[in-house]
Parts: sequence; C-alpha cells; structure tokens
Amino acid sequence: MSNLQKALESGKFAITAEMAPPKGVDFSHQMSVVEQLRGKVEACNVTDYQSSSLKASSLGLCIMIKQAGMEPVLQMTGRDRSRMAIQGDFMDAAAFGIENILALTGDHPTVGDCPESKPVYDLDSVGILRAAVQLMEGHDCGGNELVGNPPYYYLGASVTPVYEPVELQLIKMKKKIDAGAKFFQTQGVYEAEPMKPFMELAEKYGVYLMAGIIPLKTAAMAKYMSNNVPGIRVPQDQIDRLNAAKNNGLPEGFDPKDKDVKKKQSKNQEEEGIVMAAEFLAEIKEKGLAHGAHIMAIGAEENVPKILEKAGF
Amino acid sequence: MIITKSKKLEDVLDSLKGAKKVLITGCAECSTVSRTGGENEVKAMADTLTANGFEVVGTMVCEIGCNKNNVKKELKQFKDTPYDAVLVMSCGDGVQTMAGNVDVPVYPASDTMFLGEVERVTLFSQACKMCGDCVLGRTAGVCPITKCAKSLVNGPCGGAKNGKCETNPDVDCAWILIYNRLKKFGQLDKLEVSNDDKGHKINLYPATINLKEEKANE
Ligand code: SF4
Ligand code: SF4
Repeated sequence: MSNLQKALESGKFAITAEMAPPKGVDFSHQMSVVEQLRGKVEACNVTDYQSSSLKASSLGLCIMIKQAGMEPVLQMTGRDRSRMAIQGDFMDAAAFGIENILALTGDHPTVGDCPESKPVYDLDSVGILRAAVQLMEGHDCGGNELVGNPPYYYLGASVTPVYEPVELQLIKMKKKIDAGAKFFQTQGVYEAEPMKPFMELAEKYGVYLMAGIIPLKTAAMAKYMSNNVPGIRVPQDQIDRLNAAKNNGLPEGFDPKDKDVKKKQSKNQEEEGIVMAAEFLAEIKEKGLAHGAHIMAIGAEENVPKILEKAGF
Repeated sequence: MIITKSKKLEDVLDSLKGAKKVLITGCAECSTVSRTGGENEVKAMADTLTANGFEVVGTMVCEIGCNKNNVKKELKQFKDTPYDAVLVMSCGDGVQTMAGNVDVPVYPASDTMFLGEVERVTLFSQACKMCGDCVLGRTAGVCPITKCAKSLVNGPCGGAKNGKCETNPDVDCAWILIYNRLKKFGQLDKLEVSNDDKGHKINLYPATINLKEEKANE
C-alpha cells in the first residue's frame, strides 16, 4: 500500500507536491527538489506533458523518484496514448513499484508547443481508470489474461470545483468514482466555498479529496490565471493583497524601472503568495473541506516546504 | 453534406504539369453548395487553365459525382474526345469515382474537409465524424465525437472557460451544450450513465457495406 493511500485512509491530512520533468534529459534539478521534499510530503506527483508542452515523460521521472526512495504519483493522460500504450505504461509502473496513478483527460495538443501532434484520446479519464482496474483484475483491454500476479494501483482523478455548471463536474466525479478513483485532486482553488459540494460527494462515497493549491507569484500572474486558465478564479482581494505587498521595504521615491527594485517587488509578492497559500491550506484543513492538499508550485517547488511550515505542518 | 475547400490555384497548376488536354468535372451536389465544383467554379477553372496554356477539351458537372455508374454514363459524351488528364472539382470520393471510370491520371482541385451542415449559404460547420456507432440519442442531438475537441464520451474535461472549449474561445463546449439540452428535456439521468470507451474496430477502413449480402446473412 502506498504512503499516499495509508495517509489518506488513516485520516492524516495528506500532502502531495507536483513537479514537471525537464524539457531535456538532465533530471538533476528535479531530483534536488525531490530531496527538499523528502519527509515533508507523502508523494511527488509528476505531470504528463502538462499544458501539452513536450517534456520527458512522467513515467521516467516517476521511476527515478521511486529509485531514490521517494514515492511518486504517475499522471497519465489520454492525449498521446492509445489504450494499449496506457496499459503497457501502467505495467511498467507496477514493475517499478509505482502504485499511485492520477488519470486525466489531458489538455489538447493545440494549446501546447507541439500543436501538430495527433490528439489520441482513445480513452478519457474514466476510461483510463477502467484500464487500470482491468489490469488489477488480471486482464488487458482485449480481455487477455496477464501472466503472473496482477498489479495493484491506488487510483486518483481530478475535479474542477470552479466550473459552470458545477453539476456537470459532480456528475463526472461520480463516474470517476464508479470507474475506480479513490482520491481526487482539484484544479487550483483560492476560495473554500466551491470545495463544499465536492467534499460532500467524496464523503458520501468514501473517497478522498485533495485541495489543489497553486501559490501565487505576482499580482499579474494571479490576474492572468484568473482570466485565462480554465477552472481558476482568484478573488480580487487576493490580487489586491499581492499588489499591497509589492513595495514592502522599498525606500521612498524608489525608481520603479530599477532592476533591483523590480527583483525586490517580485520577491515581496512571491513571499506574500507563500503566506497566502499557507493560510488557505490551514483554513481548508481546519474547516474540514478536504482530506489533503496537492501543491502545484509550477517551477518553484523549493517553496513547498516553506508553505507547509508556515501552515503549521 | 461533404464540405470541400478549393486548393490553391498554384498547387492545381503544379499538379497538372505535363498534361496538355484536360477534362474538367464538377459535382452538382455537395461541391456545388461548397462553391468548389459547381457550374460557376468549373467554368472559371476552364478559363484559368486556358489562360495558363492548357487545352480544356471539355467540362461537365456530374449529377452525383460519387455515383460510379452515373458518372460512367455521363462520361460517354467524351468518348471521342481525347484527353490526357481529368481535373476533378469535387470531394475526394468524387475524384476516386472519376479515377475508377477513366484510364488517364485524375487530379483533385479541392481538399475534402468534413461532413457538416450548411448553417447559412456560406457557413458550414462540422457535424459528424462518421464514428459508426451513433450516440446522439444519449447526448440530446449534439455530437460529442465531433463537437468536443477530444471526442469525450463521458462528460466534459475541466478545460471549458465561460462555456467555451479550451481549444477555441469562439466555440461552445459540446458537453455544456449537451448538459443544457438534456436538462431542458428532463433527461439528465442520461448523463449519469457511464458510457463504454468507444471501440475502433467498428470503423476500420477501408470499409464497404453490401446491403444484399447483409440481407442474405440476416
Ligand atoms: S455519434 Fe457523432 S460522429 Fe458518431 S455517427 Fe453520431 S453524429 Fe456521427
Ligand atoms: S472544453 Fe468541452 S468541448 Fe472542449 S475538449 Fe473539453 S469537454 Fe470537449
């Protein structure tokens, strides 16, 4: 049984941290991040060509993480692989001792950096979950029996709480539960309220909900994400708070074009973003609005330990 | 309706290189509506080819460009006219129907885009990907295979923003349309049913359907 499963099932507020493989073959940065996270998170959750941007695969980094004695969550999208390729990768994962799987539909290739790539979508997120369950039952997608002991997986999926109509997301969440999902992580959320119906559904069916937390880096990023990224809504008061923190510690009459001033302004906002993420994490935990959290630091994974510490973990 | 788009003229001229006597054909059905191979387009193409030094030996707009026997009959009018190439201004099916009826090279003047509907005279929208296993009865008449950019069968991805698809802010998310219509009809229970992953054996290609044989096998 994976750490993640153990933590969630024992009632511990479980934490996972997301990271992306490199666009290239040098994994050293990712592995140094893994070291910083060791002992602080249940698992490192590795993206699968996130935002349809081509990188090294999730499976490769997951294997490396596993071999370094940390626990990975393998993200698997339907964008690039047929059902055969997905089940083959799942078998590889199990052979390397990887149990946690997060099944996702996957962003469309046209939103990424290899837009001519074929959108496969042989299976959607529900189908990917079923494909893993088939293997656990000892057969493949063609109904052929596997040789030897069947693999074991701890299956997860995603939900988008800030969505109109939200009922549509809840119906799909239920389908994912029926298909075998045991844990859910949400798209990045900045308000507690939208979590509620998803938490209710999770509790009703005995599955676990992990709140997605994307620490904000600057007011501009917050505004951009809120306006452009599906499922993300950052309330104006949080954007204002980042703006208010921007000039902390700068002398009066500073030159806004100065390089060092700009750096300080970014740093100030990033630090405020860390505090805000920590406060939100603590709030979610205290209000019982999730069973854990999934922190997506988007390239600033070194901040994850700081957020956890500030949130009192 | 099969929606076609005219190829660039330079590409058409390039493909015809080496040909001298050219027969130009169009189609009175889809290609006429698509404005790629009706009377007007065929005539304009004849003028263009003539201006570019080709000898246009004849033109015709087939009644149904994808009906083999029909086209065969229509071609009889040219049985004494020598030609060394046919430029076909219709869908890829029409081009191949022509190829099956003549012993000279055929060249397409159009690119075949999709099976769709005519929203208004000059606006066409894709409607069916001919998946071989129609699910419209479960999706309130909105095709998730065609109108959802990922052909999802079990509801939406998380990518819609303001009701629009993640791939194009001008296009409605098909699953939100499906939800709204099912809700209106009091059929939201259809959305709660988990659909099987779509199999791909059903629409293997190249495919043929032989009604006589099917009947005999019934
Ligand atoms: S489900 Fe869509 S693609 Fe398939 S036959 Fe019906 S309309 Fe065509
Ligand atoms: S946003 Fe809607 S239409 Fe677009 S890919 Fe996702 S589910 Fe399909």
